[in-house]
Amino acid sequence: MDLSINPILLVASLMVASTPILLAAIGEMVVEKVGVLNLGVEGMMIVGAICGFAIAVETGSPAVGFAAAAIGGAILSMLFGFLTQYLLSNQVATGLALTLFGLGLSSLMGQSYVGIKPPSTPKLDIPLLGDIPVLGPMLFSHDLMVYVSLAIVAGVWGFLKYTRGGLILRAVGESHDAAHALGYNVILVRLAAIGFGGACAGLGGAYLSLVRVPQWTEGMTAGAGWIALAIVVFASWRAGRVLLGAYLFGGITVLQLNLQAAGVAIPVELLSMSPYLITILVLVIISSDRNRAALNAPASLGRAFHASS
Amino acid sequence: MKKRTLLLTGVAAAAIATGAFADGHAPLKVGFVYVGPVGDGGWTYEHDQGRLAVEAHFGDKVETVFQENVPEGADAERAMTQMALQGADLIFTTSFGYMDPTIAVAAKFPDVKFEHATGYKRADNVSTYSARFYEGRAIQGHIAGKMTKTNKIGYIASFPIPEVIRGINSAYLHAKKVNPDVEFSVVWAYTWFDPAKEADAAKALIENGADVILQHTDSTAPQAAAAEAGGVITFGQASDMGEYAPLPRVSSIIDNWAPYYIQRVQAVMDGTWESVDTWDGIGPGMVGIGEITDAVPADVKAEAEAMRDAIAAGEYHPFTGPINKQDGSVWLADGEIASDGDLAGMSFYVEGMTGEIPN
Amino acid sequence: MIRLEKRPTPSQTWAYLTPLVAVVATMIAGGVLFAFLGKDPIVAIRTIFWDPVFGEFAFYYRGQLLVKAGPLILIAIGLSLGFKAGIWNIGAEGQYIMGAIFGAAVGLAFYPMEARWLIFPLMIVAGALGGFLWAMIPGILKTRFNTNEILVSLLLVYVAESILASMSLGLLRNPEGAGFPGSRNLRQYESAANNELIAGWGMHWGVVAAFIAVIFAYILLSRHIMGFNIRLTGESPRAARFAGVNPNRLILFCLGLSGALAGLAGMFEVAGPAGQISIDFNVGYGFTAIIVAFLGRLHPIGILLAGLLMALTYIGGEAAQASLGLPAAAIQAFQGMLLFFLLAFDVLTNFKVRFGREATV
Repeated sequence: MDLSINPILLVASLMVASTPILLAAIGEMVVEKVGVLNLGVEGMMIVGAICGFAIAVETGSPAVGFAAAAIGGAILSMLFGFLTQYLLSNQVATGLALTLFGLGLSSLMGQSYVGIKPPSTPKLDIPLLGDIPVLGPMLFSHDLMVYVSLAIVAGVWGFLKYTRGGLILRAVGESHDAAHALGYNVILVRLAAIGFGGACAGLGGAYLSLVRVPQWTEGMTAGAGWIALAIVVFASWRAGRVLLGAYLFGGITVLQLNLQAAGVAIPVELLSMSPYLITILVLVIISSDRNRAALNAPASLGRAFHASS
Repeated sequence: MKKRTLLLTGVAAAAIATGAFADGHAPLKVGFVYVGPVGDGGWTYEHDQGRLAVEAHFGDKVETVFQENVPEGADAERAMTQMALQGADLIFTTSFGYMDPTIAVAAKFPDVKFEHATGYKRADNVSTYSARFYEGRAIQGHIAGKMTKTNKIGYIASFPIPEVIRGINSAYLHAKKVNPDVEFSVVWAYTWFDPAKEADAAKALIENGADVILQHTDSTAPQAAAAEAGGVITFGQASDMGEYAPLPRVSSIIDNWAPYYIQRVQAVMDGTWESVDTWDGIGPGMVGIGEITDAVPADVKAEAEAMRDAIAAGEYHPFTGPINKQDGSVWLADGEIASDGDLAGMSFYVEGMTGEIPN
Repeated sequence: MIRLEKRPTPSQTWAYLTPLVAVVATMIAGGVLFAFLGKDPIVAIRTIFWDPVFGEFAFYYRGQLLVKAGPLILIAIGLSLGFKAGIWNIGAEGQYIMGAIFGAAVGLAFYPMEARWLIFPLMIVAGALGGFLWAMIPGILKTRFNTNEILVSLLLVYVAESILASMSLGLLRNPEGAGFPGSRNLRQYESAANNELIAGWGMHWGVVAAFIAVIFAYILLSRHIMGFNIRLTGESPRAARFAGVNPNRLILFCLGLSGALAGLAGMFEVAGPAGQISIDFNVGYGFTAIIVAFLGRLHPIGILLAGLLMALTYIGGEAAQASLGLPAAAIQAFQGMLLFFLLAFDVLTNFKVRFGREATV
């Protein structure tokens, strides 16, 4: 029983394993940042998974597939946006309904795509960086979407922190009435954010069906959308910590399977629940450390906005 | 009490309807209850292929109905009752967890025939059927043992149930027989269905040195992981997964329910249906061995095919003694063949396997 | 130009009318979907909405409606109290599982002793306790460490599922089951069985408990100080604090109660309709109940009706699958559509639709 887990390979595979939830979570974080709670992540992911898969198979191009996945996720999210922003429906229930609808819709769309192999997404061969001894295989040997996901995280972080648009976005999330009084179009800002969230979730789903698995089967997201939601909360609505949370969760999932493969004598039941337990534990440590950490939630989160109210 | 009478009347009405169907004027109605979606590409998909084969074989002499994604428990009981009420003559319930519901519903509809997959409870109108997938595992084990260079074989398992443990033991015994240095590492995914997790499990096994991946989960994720890693071989599971041939997929175990389903439907039509316990393997065609590709050396391929034929002909049983249990105690004496009862409830590893079965 | 104008008070008329309008709209949109899939839309709609209640086999389906609605209502009632106060228990599914495990474990511990008067009540207590304790984890973490209850309760669902799997493979496995997973069938054990009270009616103790919970919640919310505190906290947490509401106690109360009710639902299910602990015992009632709670506008009577409506779409949807060959996916999409319409038309209760330009305010 040798502990032969290779840390380089472990990091490399955790980056791949975490990418779907990272993409979905960073999108959902922006949505929640503007004060909207969309519990339909799972539904948008699975619709993205089939849109991306179907289009990639039809066109033979994974890149076009990913674009279609983003569009598919965004269109589905607009349904949520219309209902919650214009018809002021309850966000929690509408989001859950979106998940139900998305799961059904994706299965209907995917009926003729079962058992097909999608075109493969090439790995980037980064000339110099990829040749660095340890870091090369660890960080610079992935497919483009891994870096796109990291770029989106960095972009969201920079946007929220440094730009005027980010300021407006946060203002809408903290107090939609004040933002409205200042002359911002609250509904438009929120719709834009919801659409962004949908597109990111769609990309995350397509990463599953085109790269990580790659295959189309009904219900293949198997709860990844729910984990993405938990990661947003874990991150206290901060982009950097979304990355941390997603990689932590993905990392433990990969690690526990590696421990099993290496034959470490830890009960399997315990290993299989470890990603959830450790995520909770880390959150407890973080939130008890700073008393106000959990109060980071956008103040208007989940509340409906109507100009006359 | 009035409602009770009503229920019984309903049952009686269904029975009358059944009688009407059985005399040959109307098509025989056959119901299928599935645990997953027909688009799962694996377990349920193959049962549905069996249903389609029944339709193709009998044409308008049968009418088939099915319900997919039926959870075990109360929902399954309702799905079966519903089919029986609507005049089904024969109902296939295709998941182990449907066992008690099948027995309960069958008691209410004595004139409807039930066929429960992978269970052990029978009644006058309930048969059970299952496939000896371990026969296919033996062939996989042989090929795996011959072909591995690292002597490490990875096995992705779902839950520690007898069916899965039997497969691991069968594969291990036959790998060990041709390669005494072989080691198995088993990863328990603790899920029936999570393609992403299967992909991670396959990667973890490959990173730990395995160059053969066996899987008891239904998605092609491990095939893709093996293709990407290179130098790793795999076997298709439930479906042929031929899109990954000739490498990494070098062969496969295919669930083939069609012959059995056709035979049982015919029996109902002929009025010869009886409650039986069927456990068929390669011989009657319930377990299919997918084409062994040229990636397998010719001599190994010939041996594997010989083993397949010997098992099919009933000349060789994969669990033939001497076999000891993991703790070293004797299970089968020299030449002794495992009883079906022992196999059905298998909950131990054979000697040489490392690790423990979770419980 | 269409715009919405807030009503001074919610319209009573529309509150009753919108669900009907929504159902009709769903029938039209769903009919289009079914026609698109090549099925007769009118037959499909009739199979889903009419046949289970009034059709040929309604004598069977009506009971099944209660079997399906019972756990949904029981869980949703508990959740609604927390939701009203802004306490987000998303993990009722986990509490449901733990209630079932606790309840079944107590029942199985006594096997094969025959003493229904003792065993069944003890199982009820154990079931409630199981759910309560599982909900106390997010409760205590929230009050002690300020940890977000959404995350903790949600992730504990997956932990509970792992425990469920290992219970059905290990500790609670039927010793006479030839090594197969799953516990003994509690329905075949007289002292622990939660069978139908009248055969064919679908009414079992879990359904009775759901009705009691509806009445209890109604009284709590309208007559009791705790109900007042819950509503006040939901509307204005600051005002509630000035009024002397202890927020921590309220959090523990709401989470504990919703956990206990979810646990009860799990226990009644495992001893009755499901019959045994198995790897796939849970079927998502805990998540569907969240929809039921909001569909019922967090009002006990509303939840009762919403639970029955959801149950109808499940039962009718299954019937449509088996008799018309509609794929399960189409039913799922249809349910989603129904929910969208119900939620969308709700706007008419609180707002007037005005045409033309905005009047001077």
